[in-house]
Amino acid sequence: MAQIFHPSTNTISRVSLFGALFFLAFLAWVVGAVYRSPYVTRQYAPIEQPVPFSHKHHVTDDGIDCRYCHTSVETSSFAGIPPTKTCMNCHSIIWRDAPILQPVRDSYRTGEPIKWERVDFVPEFVFFNHSIHIHKGVGCTTCHGPVGDMPLTWQATSMHMRWCVDCHRQPAEQLRPRSEVFNVNWQPPPNQAEWGEQLMKDYNVKSLIDCYTCHR
Amino acid sequence: MNSGKQYWRSLEERAQSKEFQEWVHREFPVDASIWEDEVSRRQFLKMMGASLALAGLTACQMPQEKIVPYVKQPEEIIPGKPLFFATAMPLSGYAMGLLVWSYEGRPTKIEGNPEHPASLGATDALAQGSVLQLYDPDRAQAVTEAGEISDWPSFFNDLDAAMADQRIKNGAGLRILTGTVTSPTLSRQIEAILRKFPAARWHQYEPVNRDNIRAGSQMAFGEIVEPVYRVDKADVILSLDADFLMEGPGRIRYARDFANRRRVRNGQTAMNRLYAVESTPTNTGAVADHRFSVRADEIEGIVHELSGGSPTRSWVGPVLRDLEAHRGSSLVVPGDQQPPVVHALVHALNHALGNVGHTIIYNQPVEARPTDQTESLRELVNEMRGSKVDLLVILGGNPAYDAPADIPFAEAMTKVNLRIHLGLYQDETSWLCHWHAPETHFLETWSDARAFDGTATIMQPLIAPLYEGKSVHEFLAAMLDQPGRKSHDIVRETWKLDDNRWHAALHDGVVPDTKSRQKNVTLRKFSAPSSPSHSGTEIIFRHDPGTYDGQFANVGWLQEWPKPLTRLTWDNAAWISPVTAHRMGVENGDVVELKYQGRSLEAPVWIVPGQRDDAVTVHLGYGRTKSGRVGTGAGFNAYTLRTADAPWFGGGLEIRKTGKHYPLSTVQHHQNMEGRDLVRVAPIEEFIRNPSFAHNEVDQPSLYPGYAYTDYKWGMSIDLTACIGCGACVVACQAENNIAVVGKEQVAKGRHMHWIRIDRYYEGSLESPDTFFEPVPCMHCENAPCELVCPVGATVHTDDGLNAMIYNRCIGTRYCSNNCPYKVRRFNFLQFSDIKTPSRKLQYNPNVTVRNRGVMEKCTYCIQRIESAKITAELQDRRVHDGEIVPACAQACPTRAIVFGDINDKASEVRQLKAQPHDYGLLVELNTRPRTTYLARIRNPNPEMKT
Repeated sequence: MAQIFHPSTNTISRVSLFGALFFLAFLAWVVGAVYRSPYVTRQYAPIEQPVPFSHKHHVTDDGIDCRYCHTSVETSSFAGIPPTKTCMNCHSIIWRDAPILQPVRDSYRTGEPIKWERVDFVPEFVFFNHSIHIHKGVGCTTCHGPVGDMPLTWQATSMHMRWCVDCHRQPAEQLRPRSEVFNVNWQPPPNQAEWGEQLMKDYNVKSLIDCYTCHR
Repeated sequence: MNSGKQYWRSLEERAQSKEFQEWVHREFPVDASIWEDEVSRRQFLKMMGASLALAGLTACQMPQEKIVPYVKQPEEIIPGKPLFFATAMPLSGYAMGLLVWSYEGRPTKIEGNPEHPASLGATDALAQGSVLQLYDPDRAQAVTEAGEISDWPSFFNDLDAAMADQRIKNGAGLRILTGTVTSPTLSRQIEAILRKFPAARWHQYEPVNRDNIRAGSQMAFGEIVEPVYRVDKADVILSLDADFLMEGPGRIRYARDFANRRRVRNGQTAMNRLYAVESTPTNTGAVADHRFSVRADEIEGIVHELSGGSPTRSWVGPVLRDLEAHRGSSLVVPGDQQPPVVHALVHALNHALGNVGHTIIYNQPVEARPTDQTESLRELVNEMRGSKVDLLVILGGNPAYDAPADIPFAEAMTKVNLRIHLGLYQDETSWLCHWHAPETHFLETWSDARAFDGTATIMQPLIAPLYEGKSVHEFLAAMLDQPGRKSHDIVRETWKLDDNRWHAALHDGVVPDTKSRQKNVTLRKFSAPSSPSHSGTEIIFRHDPGTYDGQFANVGWLQEWPKPLTRLTWDNAAWISPVTAHRMGVENGDVVELKYQGRSLEAPVWIVPGQRDDAVTVHLGYGRTKSGRVGTGAGFNAYTLRTADAPWFGGGLEIRKTGKHYPLSTVQHHQNMEGRDLVRVAPIEEFIRNPSFAHNEVDQPSLYPGYAYTDYKWGMSIDLTACIGCGACVVACQAENNIAVVGKEQVAKGRHMHWIRIDRYYEGSLESPDTFFEPVPCMHCENAPCELVCPVGATVHTDDGLNAMIYNRCIGTRYCSNNCPYKVRRFNFLQFSDIKTPSRKLQYNPNVTVRNRGVMEKCTYCIQRIESAKITAELQDRRVHDGEIVPACAQACPTRAIVFGDINDKASEVRQLKAQPHDYGLLVELNTRPRTTYLARIRNPNPEMKT
């Protein structure tokens, strides 16, 4: 009886068997990479807003402190999105006729709030608290990136749990003095590692990696 | 059918037909039960492929959300932080002071107001459940005329025309029907109407009323006074068919005062002693040191025996001697259900024992106009039948449902030209009225109410009316030609307080100096007309602990809340004794026919140990026909047997087996501890002899390394001597932790979700057993069996010793629940959480994840409160103080039986309690090292009586 399969079939079958393993591994890697990619996380993607609010202009050019608008960042879990009234504190005097501020004036006049697009997102089973991070010396830009350079704001980090836990495991690398927390231009000193250790002692910073720290 | 409907689905709907039930069962046909369909490998792979692809698609991008800030942010609101407002919940007219959590304008959780004398910071289950009633989508949402949606202006047009007619007649045809009124504003408004319409009449009726108390005081003193007990000063208490720890306007205060005198701590062994003489098992009887079961109509004879008659019962002598040995510090409490003569005789007895002024004081009545309510209703019905009423205004209440069977209110109503009902729901009464006007919930309006001791609270709204409701004050203002007047202004006008005092009163939740004045009463000679003792089987009526008089029938939390003694959910039942059951050959759930005074009713039976053989107890508040999706059709309506002359008990009941069966859902099928000493009890003498009789700490070796717990070490102590089994903790936990309601069928399958349960055990004979309550939350074991078996690490140990349950990791293997010896884990077999009903969503606690189908859950020691307190402390660079973290169960507990704190803190209360000699843990022989431990129950029986 003649051979049904050519001898090369042996090779092909071996290659495809092993190849399938590699292919599956590759597929897993692709899925993982896509999941972590900015395409999914929206990292680095400036978000269109009803009013093209520029942090770059307000923070860097005007030098307005973060807390002028995000008033509850030191006291509450939520940093606070400014009410229309806060915008109008200045914009009833300057740029009072600017067309791009029309939605702000409309909101103030009608009492209808501005619907901002959320930039930084964590799922609802994550309970993040701003005030405690501020108090422990985690700066705004540590998580929100170079806000002072953002004309339209984008999410600067992946906001994945891995990213949170990296810092929760080793907080020393990310800490800064409380006086510098709201400084958008702050750069870590070269000896951050040992300085951070000192800050951990000073501010009683613990490495909290219990699940209950964030998930309730 | 969407999954969100689970919660609100009515029982009627469920019980309708076999097909319907099957349909419900088929709702989740795949892995909810068994995979019945044959699926080929090929189909399976196809499905898997499709679901993988779909899963990939949905996870494509993080969802884009919107943030909507205020336009002008109110000064006191900080987004993310709760505010607390003091208000009060009126129940049968009497106030219970509350502090309500509010998140960005949404009331989410009710707690007691520590400043309020009727609350002292605690609440009962009803108050906990009332917040769900606020968000009930079945509440009346619009003005209706003959069932058709209308509006307020048309309604007021009609009302004005009718009022104009009445003006000519001086109001001769106008009748106002309310419940018990203690509100100074409401009574002021009604009085104003009566002044304007001198011939009009105001009637009050409340099915769970205090007529006997009023009549008893009238009989004994010739005037109506409000008896207030000083349980804190009583060494010996005798309850005569009185469930004073669970019923009546002072119940929570009395429970606290009672428990405070029973805390055996640090060698302090003085305790009060409670004798309970009762006709049907109650919580008060369960916690009593001695319980005597008598017929309800025998109580009167017993009071005579105590007042100098010759004792026929062996226990009367010792009880009387004990009472006399504690002259001035003893207390006899008559039951609200007992006839006036018993109250009068007990007043005389307390007087003779020198208790007046010490353990019992008499106050000016709290009610605005104390009325014999049964007579008041009878009068109204007679007038209506005589066509003397043109305009009937019913303010709250549901008389068409809850009026006595021999006062045909519903029928008489039809003779009234214009009938108007203001109420929270379109209920049985609304459907018989021309107009139904939606009333505001008490959390939506300004009002006021007085507590059992007279202390007034100005109630403030927590939220603007969700629907088109108007408050009773706004409604009456419209009748007084002041339409559009706001409740706030009306209440403010009553109180005439300047701004500072007004704000102080709102802040504190009590108006200073409003306590009722004490009254000096003189006992007068009264001839006690002996009420006839009846023969045959006795029927006893009680209000239901969950639905009360029926007004909470549509509150899912309270329907699913296991009733303290029967642990039944979603139904009432006719309580019969084991002997009666055996004699009749019936089992739990078998339907019997109850024949009483020519009326009959079919009801399923529930066998209750301790129930008398010659008595059947039925509970009011069920069998609603127009309640809502939750309450309609649940249980049977015991009002149909209740008559005005014997509202609480009567003789001559006939009971007959029908052969039918009605499924009842209970959460506890097993009453026996199987010799495992789960509840440990000893009389005080034994405790003094051997203080560590209950102690059982076993230090066994473990293969696993221990934990260090260097920082906080959370723990809980539950005092079984203090626990009265009221169940407030269960509903409080449900409200705080977004725990789902599952419905009657799912409860029957054991799928109820309560994180804390109160086990009830019996010991001794079936006729008069000892009853024990034991609250069981998660034990937070140091060697937790659940942690070891989770394949995905969804339940893990934290640094402070908590046994954490991480929902987002859970894949639903249920291994943990299987391995938990305490059975405190709860699994979402179906989509139990209602995530669809818009109004329902408003109640959810924003700090707790709403769990979906397929996720395990359990008590977390209120981790959200722990974390919040830790963050607050850290922000102030300090440690968490003892008592700063109060879990919802401990917060609600009327007797402070539950204490939580840091065991590492040497000064903490919980550490002191765990150091008591009678501290013990459940099933510690399994080496679980539970963090929740118990203080054994200590009883104080009379040494003269050996039981």
